[in-house]
Amino acid sequence: MRRVYADHAATTPVHPRVVEAMVAAMQAEIGNPSSVHGFGRTARRLVEEARARVAALIGASPQEIFFTSGGTEADNWALRGTLMANRARGKHLVVSAIEHHAVLDCAAALEREGWEVTYLPVDSVGRVREEDLLAALRPDTVLVSIMHTNNEVGTVQDIPRLCALVKERDPNIVFHTDAVQAAGILPLDVKALGVDLLTISAHKIYGPKGVGALYVRHGFRFAPVLFGGGQERKMRPGTENLPGIVGFGVAAEIAREELPRRAEHARRLRDRFLRGVLERIPGVRVSGPNPLEGTVPCHPGIANIAVQGVESEALLLALDLQGVAASAGSACTAGSLEPSHVIRALGLPPDYAAGAMRFSFGEANTDEDIDYLLEVLPQAVAQVRGV
Amino acid sequence: MPETIHYLDNSATTRPRPEVVAAMMSALTEDFGNPSSAHRLGIAAEKRIQEARAAVARLIGARPEEIHFTSGGTEAINTAIFGVARAYGRRGRHIITQATEHPATLEACRALAAGGFEVTILPVDRSGRVDPDQVARALRPDTILVTLMAVNNEIGTIQPVAEVGRLLRGRETLFHVDAVQAAGKLPLRVDEIGCHLLSLSGHKIHGPKGVGALYVRQGVRIAPLLYGGGQEEGLRSGTENVPGIVGLGTAAALALAELDQVPDRLRALKRRLLAGLAERGLEYVVNGPDPEEAAPHILNLSFRGVPRGEVLLHALEQQGVFVSTGSACHSRRQTLSHVLEALRLPPEQATGAIRVSLSPLTTEADIDAFVAAAAQAVPELRNLMR
Repeated sequence: MRRVYADHAATTPVHPRVVEAMVAAMQAEIGNPSSVHGFGRTARRLVEEARARVAALIGASPQEIFFTSGGTEADNWALRGTLMANRARGKHLVVSAIEHHAVLDCAAALEREGWEVTYLPVDSVGRVREEDLLAALRPDTVLVSIMHTNNEVGTVQDIPRLCALVKERDPNIVFHTDAVQAAGILPLDVKALGVDLLTISAHKIYGPKGVGALYVRHGFRFAPVLFGGGQERKMRPGTENLPGIVGFGVAAEIAREELPRRAEHARRLRDRFLRGVLERIPGVRVSGPNPLEGTVPCHPGIANIAVQGVESEALLLALDLQGVAASAGSACTAGSLEPSHVIRALGLPPDYAAGAMRFSFGEANTDEDIDYLLEVLPQAVAQVRGV
Repeated sequence: MPETIHYLDNSATTRPRPEVVAAMMSALTEDFGNPSSAHRLGIAAEKRIQEARAAVARLIGARPEEIHFTSGGTEAINTAIFGVARAYGRRGRHIITQATEHPATLEACRALAAGGFEVTILPVDRSGRVDPDQVARALRPDTILVTLMAVNNEIGTIQPVAEVGRLLRGRETLFHVDAVQAAGKLPLRVDEIGCHLLSLSGHKIHGPKGVGALYVRQGVRIAPLLYGGGQEEGLRSGTENVPGIVGLGTAAALALAELDQVPDRLRALKRRLLAGLAERGLEYVVNGPDPEEAAPHILNLSFRGVPRGEVLLHALEQQGVFVSTGSACHSRRQTLSHVLEALRLPPEQATGAIRVSLSPLTTEADIDAFVAAAAQAVPELRNLMR
């Protein structure tokens, strides 16, 4: 049976050069990067090399990159670290309704601890409206967090514009963007974006799980949330995840070199898939921006479709039996039968909302995969609809 | 630098075992799915995690569902301390710890103290040991947490954690044990210790860096540090570090398989080292506990006439022998380690201290190489520094 991995937004296969570098780091280097002896110094050099590579991917300087255990930690740190360091300035933060759970659930926890949160609605394709953002800002607003590219429907926000609006109102308001889904496939430049904080994760760019990074603009007032040894310039303690960081660095370097090709490859396959699906399956809608219309910027590899009158769980199970890996919503919410918070925020018609499915394409995919998908998906839909 | 190297800095970090690297490689290549995904690649990744969870649980006599993976020892310790403080802060705001804890514990407690908690930091005796009676006397009705390390990372003191666990029995106070240095070198049974929380780290037991675990006894609820996708029973969100977790599981299984022989074997190596130094006529003092009573793998030494440990460290490195001064977390700082400070050693003895730390993979050849290197370096340095 053919296997098609159409779930690149959940996680990506690790690039062979990344695996190679990680294995080499584990076999050759036994040092703790904090140790002063030769092994420690070699380990330190590897960490700094990786830091420069990750910085280059997003146009940052290496000292603005702080390694974390992943996107979730970076998002949590961005919110909590900003609020802890700026307690005197206020108790209000603004996030969009379609953020990743790492931001939303952290915001909810902060709310329980006494902070006030405004959740910004989005339009029918997932965009934050400028007027909503401006209306949400208050004199005591400390932080705005709006994700760069949505993980479920692929909407790309106009971060430079939104950030400029916020800074125009009050330059002291901190702007964070979760760029986990954008990194490696859309060009990212922290200076052009204008943000203070930006989150990326290695396992979405063909790197390993268990490592991510937070960009913290130089000179920015920020506090740690983990305490211990003095690693990451006293901002993030804990012995550095050497293999993970080395793998992240290699993945970032390859991503930077290959970004235009990767984006084009994913876009071509995704568009072929969408065209084919819309042609062959009646009662299908695109959730979020429709890439074929090309009017709203979106992730090149994500196609979120909803099939009328079909529950996505049943369809995904049928597809899994055919060797196809896709998802309903994000991986983190898999298993839940409710439409995701993103789908709900878009206001999909009820007979479609239960059938939302995400196909996300990338380096693991070929034209033959699309052929196969266009063969098995209409069959699976017919089968499920028949039940 | 000589071609053969003798790595005796295993309390800073250990080399991942070949089996660990192989297991991680297969997790990176074959089972790259997101464990939260419902499709078969996700299920395969999830299965690898459950195997690792069971192996880690076996190492400490816990149930698999009591093990929660973290990004390392520091995160596990922070999760334990902040998790208790945030979940029980209304019941009480007093925490007890002791002076020679790892910075992850001390700094987390300091941050809580700045946020309105009261922290009692108990002193230690000349061997670095905290007195259980002092713990008992420090307990108050509003004490929500006692946090102690099982084995000190710099001098190898074994803390009386089971005694403290016994005296806490029947109380509402939660007990966290930092077992990062004890794991794999001493038998650890959470039921015998009587702790509610226990922290572990992968890279100290020949597993990978970037992964650790927090044991949370069934029925004990603590607040998470990270929020998000709800992984690890909601206690630790974030896509699981599958290769790291698989590596930790493999390392834990291998550590457990050897645990019967490891303490005795390491003690024998330690005796060999000390006998070797005596044979060569080197004058040294052991900092901290009696070597026979200490953890089997850690030895902290000062040589008479060598008041600067880092100079000796580099001289040994020239001969291919790798040790450390204090802990790795301290070694990039200029200050004297808080552990040696707590022992109130004479200044020259404290600044001259080096830590030799062994692992189950340490050989007699490594020990003999250290003795030979020290026999050459110490007299040279003594003449130089005179």
